[in-house]
Amino acid sequence: MEFFTLHDFMTYTKGVTYLVMGGILVFMPLYWLYLTDRDDD
Amino acid sequence: MDISRRKFLGCMAAAALGTTTGATGLAHAASGKEFTGYPDSFGVLHDSTRCIGCRKCEQACNEVNNLEKPDKPFDDLSVLDDRRRTDESAYTVVNKFDGNVFAKIQCNHCQEPACASACFVKALYKDKTGAVVYDESLCVGCRYCMVACPFNIPAFTYFDPLTPKITKCTMCLPLIQEGRLPGCVDICPKEALTFGRRADLIKMARQRMAKNPGQYVDHIYGEHEMGGTAWLYLSGIPFADIGMREDLGTTSAPELTAGPLAAVPIVVGLWPVFLTGIWAINKRKEKIAEQEQAAAVQAATEQAAQEKTKALEALQQKLAKEKETAIAAEVKKALEEAEEKAQQAADPDETTTDTDPAADTPPDDSGKQEE
Amino acid sequence: MSQETPIARKQYLTPFNVITGIILVIGFVLTVLRFTKGIGAVTNLDNNNPWGLWIGFDLLCGVALAAGGYMTSSACYIFGLKKYHSAVRPAILTAFLGYALVVFALHYDVGRPWRLPYPIFWSQGTSSLLFEVGLCVFLYLTVLFIEWTPAAFEWLGYKKIRGIVVRLTLMLTIFGVVLSTLHQSSLGALFMIAPSKLHPLWYSGYLHVYFFISSMFAGLSMVIFESTLAHRWLHHKMDDTHLAESDGVVLGFGRAASFIMMGYVGIKIIGLAVDNNWHYLATGWGMWFLVELVGFVLLPAILFSMGAREKNLTFIRVAAVWAVLGIVLNRLNVSLIAFNWHLPAADRYVPSIMEVGTTIFIVTLGVVVYRFIALKMPILHEHPDYKQAH
Repeated sequence: MEFFTLHDFMTYTKGVTYLVMGGILVFMPLYWLYLTDRDDD
Repeated sequence: MDISRRKFLGCMAAAALGTTTGATGLAHAASGKEFTGYPDSFGVLHDSTRCIGCRKCEQACNEVNNLEKPDKPFDDLSVLDDRRRTDESAYTVVNKFDGNVFAKIQCNHCQEPACASACFVKALYKDKTGAVVYDESLCVGCRYCMVACPFNIPAFTYFDPLTPKITKCTMCLPLIQEGRLPGCVDICPKEALTFGRRADLIKMARQRMAKNPGQYVDHIYGEHEMGGTAWLYLSGIPFADIGMREDLGTTSAPELTAGPLAAVPIVVGLWPVFLTGIWAINKRKEKIAEQEQAAAVQAATEQAAQEKTKALEALQQKLAKEKETAIAAEVKKALEEAEEKAQQAADPDETTTDTDPAADTPPDDSGKQEE
Repeated sequence: MSQETPIARKQYLTPFNVITGIILVIGFVLTVLRFTKGIGAVTNLDNNNPWGLWIGFDLLCGVALAAGGYMTSSACYIFGLKKYHSAVRPAILTAFLGYALVVFALHYDVGRPWRLPYPIFWSQGTSSLLFEVGLCVFLYLTVLFIEWTPAAFEWLGYKKIRGIVVRLTLMLTIFGVVLSTLHQSSLGALFMIAPSKLHPLWYSGYLHVYFFISSMFAGLSMVIFESTLAHRWLHHKMDDTHLAESDGVVLGFGRAASFIMMGYVGIKIIGLAVDNNWHYLATGWGMWFLVELVGFVLLPAILFSMGAREKNLTFIRVAAVWAVLGIVLNRLNVSLIAFNWHLPAADRYVPSIMEVGTTIFIVTLGVVVYRFIALKMPILHEHPDYKQAH
């Protein structure tokens, strides 16, 4: 994809970044649960 | 588009000279990527030294955009006595400055528009023609674009209760797409306005300055301001004196907000890690404190129990000892009694009484007793 | 808390009710005006001053002062300061109401309020910091609502679903801190796109950091201030735990606010240094800047410290109000007073009486709703069925 303005570039990249952020927010709690579910308490 | 481009090239005397590689108004992304705007995008050069303040451009603009007719007709030049700005009924305005100098203002169609960068619904965007376009169907009416615009251009229909909108110059995009000139450029009797490719216009401006030494301030306003604008300006007096801010800098709007925008995903990425970590550390501390407390309690109980058993043992030993002494005392008593008896009955039967006490007490016991 | 509120038996014409009633009626009239005659008929906004009191106070101050929610819940649930537990519910409730009112107020300010979901669901202008603010406020309002629901479920007696929500507490708290960090800072960053309009003393590359850090002590001060009000008016609704912990909350929060404020003063001076703005201090704007920084940050911070050292609750309560005023002053400076500072006096913005009236109406609405909920639901006391449930 070719971008001619910084604004278009940022709109696109920030859009993707927001999706990544959503993924992180879902993944991290699950990973924490996986990491700690063998703890005794 | 090709037809219109050819036509515009024809309009411009200087256009033939230009190649279109003269890129200006660079904008940078954090990674060092550079963006030079849409190639071959259009712009307008406003030579304020040629402007006579006739307000014909205002009239043309009003007609092209079907705006509300003003109270005073466009040939009434007394309007110029007041400093004006763009609003919902005037997308462009000419102002008069000291020394009978005139300057036209309208949307400058930035290369990196602050309004578009600020818009949270993409209702404003930079078109490939160079025009900054407004899409009313998306607009929420938050007016952040007006806050963001360094030139104070976008206006708002404040008295429309339910469907207010932003209004601003469209660079006559519909006309451009038809291959025609923007209304104001088309009507200008003094060629104070020139439409063309932005890159060509910059060269043309430089040539004009070179050909007419002393006539112009050595600056093309809009070449770099706020990352560059599609509208470019020449002036014979300092730009500040024709109402244009010279302190805007060359940093484009997206670059101004790139820092805080870049911090956003990092916060999302790291805060859960740090905060969960702090929580886990606290939880562990609490757990250890709990365990320590439990251990202390256990130790105390154990110690108490131990002491108890010790005391018990001591008591038992004591009791045993007492019992022993009691037995011993009894035995002694019995022996003494026996001895007494033996002495009393010494004469009749000495040998038989001798065996009796020996059978009652074991030999070691008697030995112990002797000790 | 088995005894019923005496409200029903008392007469309705209390001074509180009368004044509230008048304000609500005026607010209703102003609402009708706004949606029949337009924003221009009610406000003094114009094309040079697109944002006025409704953004400067209702949005910026509203959000900053609702920061008590994330500060209190993170102190209790993440940083392990369990002694603040009784302060969490009132703080969450005020935060939720604060954000709800911010969104409500935005319906007056934006041109087409029914399009407010557009940036989230329809056309995402991701390059805008306002998009970030909108998304975060939307998500955070949802989080605060969920965090608040246990109180409602206890009131209604839904034990099972209450249990589910309570188990999500930690996750919601962390999510809440992330969202608060983002939108508190982004509200400041909104103005970073306009360096040519905001006075250099207030414009800074650190504007987002300043807004975030100041929201911390804004939230702490607001929790103290609200506790003062609640003790004055809702004392009978508080249980022994709340009353016993309350002084500790005030002292602890006062000390925390004082320290954060000193840190804030430090980074504001750093801001002066990195932009070499010292010379502006000698101007009229510089005096005004010092009034804000010294008069409304440094001095209340010192009063907080005296209160914390001498265990003087009155000092802390006064300092909290002072610091809240300082936050209001700062937000108004950035959005209105030092914004468009270069414009001639005739073009500057002063809010209209109707704008002020609408703002008072919205604040009053918040007080009324808070009062209703605090009187009905287990906010300032624990529900007898769930005493050991935390």
